[in-house]
Amino acid sequence: MTNRRTFLKKSAVIASSTILMPRFLTAAEENMISDYQGKKLVVVQLNGGNDGLNTFIPYRNDIYYQMRPGIGIDPGQVIQVSDELGMNAGLSALQPLYDNGELAIINNVGYPNPDRSHFRSMDIWQSASDSNVYLKTGWLGRMLDACCSPQAGPYFGLESSEMLSLALKGNRMKGMAIEDINRLNRFIKDPFLNDISTVHYNQGDTLDYLYKTLNDTKRSVAYLKEKADLYKSSITYPENELANNLSGIAQLINAGAETKVYYASISGFDTHVNQVIQQNNLLGKVSQSLAAFIEDLRKGGQLDSTLVMVFSEFGRRVKENGSMGTDHGTANNVMILGGKLKKSGFLNEGPDLMNLDNDDLNYSIDFRRIYATLLDNFLEVDSKAVLGRSYEKLAFI
Amino acid sequence: MHITQRGIQHLFLRAGFGISFETLQNSKGKSAEELVDNIFEKVNPPRYLDLAEKEDFRPPVQGSPELRRAFVERSTQVLMKLNAAWLRNMAALEGDIREKMTFFWHGHFASTSNNAYLVQQQNNLIREHALGNFGDLLKAVSKDAVMLQYLNNQQNTKDAPNENFAREVMELFTLGRGNYTEQDVKEAARAFTGWGFNLDGEFVFRTLTHDYGEKTVLGQTGNFEGDDVLDIILKQKQTAKFITEKIYAFFVNEEVDKYKLEALAEKFYESGYDITSLLKEIFTSEWFYYQENVGIKIKSPVELIASSMHMFKIDFENIEALVGIQKLLGQILFRPPNVAGWPSGSEWIDASTLILRLRLVEVAMASARLNRFLLSDVNEDNPMTNRLKKLRATFDWDSFSQQFNTVPFDRIENTLIVYMLQGSISQKKSRLLIVDKYSPVDERLFSITARVSKLPEFQMC
Repeated sequence: MTNRRTFLKKSAVIASSTILMPRFLTAAEENMISDYQGKKLVVVQLNGGNDGLNTFIPYRNDIYYQMRPGIGIDPGQVIQVSDELGMNAGLSALQPLYDNGELAIINNVGYPNPDRSHFRSMDIWQSASDSNVYLKTGWLGRMLDACCSPQAGPYFGLESSEMLSLALKGNRMKGMAIEDINRLNRFIKDPFLNDISTVHYNQGDTLDYLYKTLNDTKRSVAYLKEKADLYKSSITYPENELANNLSGIAQLINAGAETKVYYASISGFDTHVNQVIQQNNLLGKVSQSLAAFIEDLRKGGQLDSTLVMVFSEFGRRVKENGSMGTDHGTANNVMILGGKLKKSGFLNEGPDLMNLDNDDLNYSIDFRRIYATLLDNFLEVDSKAVLGRSYEKLAFI
Repeated sequence: MHITQRGIQHLFLRAGFGISFETLQNSKGKSAEELVDNIFEKVNPPRYLDLAEKEDFRPPVQGSPELRRAFVERSTQVLMKLNAAWLRNMAALEGDIREKMTFFWHGHFASTSNNAYLVQQQNNLIREHALGNFGDLLKAVSKDAVMLQYLNNQQNTKDAPNENFAREVMELFTLGRGNYTEQDVKEAARAFTGWGFNLDGEFVFRTLTHDYGEKTVLGQTGNFEGDDVLDIILKQKQTAKFITEKIYAFFVNEEVDKYKLEALAEKFYESGYDITSLLKEIFTSEWFYYQENVGIKIKSPVELIASSMHMFKIDFENIEALVGIQKLLGQILFRPPNVAGWPSGSEWIDASTLILRLRLVEVAMASARLNRFLLSDVNEDNPMTNRLKKLRATFDWDSFSQQFNTVPFDRIENTLIVYMLQGSISQKKSRLLIVDKYSPVDERLFSITARVSKLPEFQMC
């Protein structure tokens, strides 16, 4: 959808560049502000291992309350959206989306031989590897490898952060992490850097990578800067880092940036001690930020072409520990948000507390089935090429 | 063993944080063994950090939220001072292997706390043992308050074991993944029950919450306590191999040579984990200076900042800026990202970090000049200029430039290229470095230094 602002801006750029610049530049400039209406995936990562059992709560299950006498959430405090499972009160901002069919929850997501180390389990989720396989690339990086031409810039995968996650590192393509586009733009406009970036000949070493990154960055920053200046949101977001990041992402999506994957994260879910208040606060931030984000996309007409996936590296032990918290666990729930879900609400059975493995949940859905569904049925990228094998798909899209 | 100019630079970049041009001249003609001996003669006394007072950092026991907030604010301020003090120590001496090794272990035993006194205590503990015996270091760090807190061992009790510390000790600090079982973790956790610390940050063994029962760890059975488990871990050759591999990747090459690793690890194990002998062995080996190991590592952010401060005699009066630069480059001292420690190699490089890296020295030099001369044509509204001024960088220009007094006028470019870069560059690139021959000598030195520092080649060591 081309709004009036975009149109005016486009015209202005074309008009000025036609007069001042050689033809090939005009073409490039025109291309820079083309409106992208294709599919966008937004991944939100909850760092530290979010306790899924206290996020979507089996509030009618006696075993839940027996194993969590201290931190089990009272049925009266639960948002009872279904007969079996309810939402943590911190998620209240997402209830309208749930009612509206724009939120799907997949329970018992995990993988065989789960790893309980943050670092390793996050690696497994981000690389989509088996738990005994070590990959140096991430699933979204490989997705970019599979879908994008060599000319595509790192801005095709954009992380709102200072550091780029493994998830966005492919074999050929690497996404980019940006915290502040304006600062980056000021920094890259340097005549000597510009000169030097044009005279490097590849020698097949680490240095080539530095020069390539320099050139790709130049191009990407110019592109994103252009886009970021195009659209100003009218939605009010809460004041926290995740909300800031999601607001920046909505700005780019609504401006028609060609970025295919966005990545944002929020930390603090490693609740070994005094979990209840801490998790409630964090889920509040997550839900309010996501609710604003979804409204922003709806206003910009981009909600139907965007999906959000919210995950954490593992769930937590069913049995509470001695410090009013929980230790690292295994299977967990994953949230999918979007405007065109084929199925919404709880997509499968709740956690089976009768059949635990050493106080931990057994998984029933391999997380890569979600990835495969997103890749094949939404992003239209061959999931086998990205994940190395075929997975049975889920019904949410 | 004879050592070239590039070899000397290599030694000082890897064993420390760079070399001044003056020391470089004085080191020429010395053998590698002599230079390495010099480096290890200078490791005492350790330069302990002493900025946080114990009395100021006793956590408020039943404190109100206000009290706790005040505590955290006070601590944040002191943590910044500690950060700057440590970075300046790194930049101060030449070939400071104790600080380099403290930095290495800081990333190895990655842990952090909001309590500045405890952080300082841990850092000094690591500094004390950095070049000593790895077993002593491991045991000391395992009983350190920051570590016990970070990996929840305060909550590890007989009735409710918490496995966090036991797991990471095996996965990240000693054996590496795949060399122990889940059962080993569970059993080891029981041995560490009751390990905690008091309000003064001192280790305490809480006998009431310790599990005195029998445990089986890595095939051995007994009524083990924490130290016994660490001894069992140290008996595994895999521990020597894991540590040696990490040291090799850090000091030599991230592509680890299997055969050299085997030999080094064997000696390290036989020596009873003597860290100094292992390092000396590496720095005096011929292969350490082979071309395949020189100029192939990407400087970590802290290495880049500290060595730039040292080589160009730069400092930042604004310590918030000094910490801010670390943050933007992805590595803040005392704030490792997680228990697995820092990234490495090309993981440091992406679109945003690269650009700041390339302009870091230039920006610092420009800020210093701005602050020194308060140029009259400075536009106060220019955000870039204001940012530069806020850095409050200083630049000891006289002592930097005097080092080059004896260099012939037409050799300045080449001298700086060889001094600042650990590899050669093409004609095309060096031509871009040439500045107007008729500009004053100082101006030329300034411009060429800034330009060479902007070459991606400068990011390598």
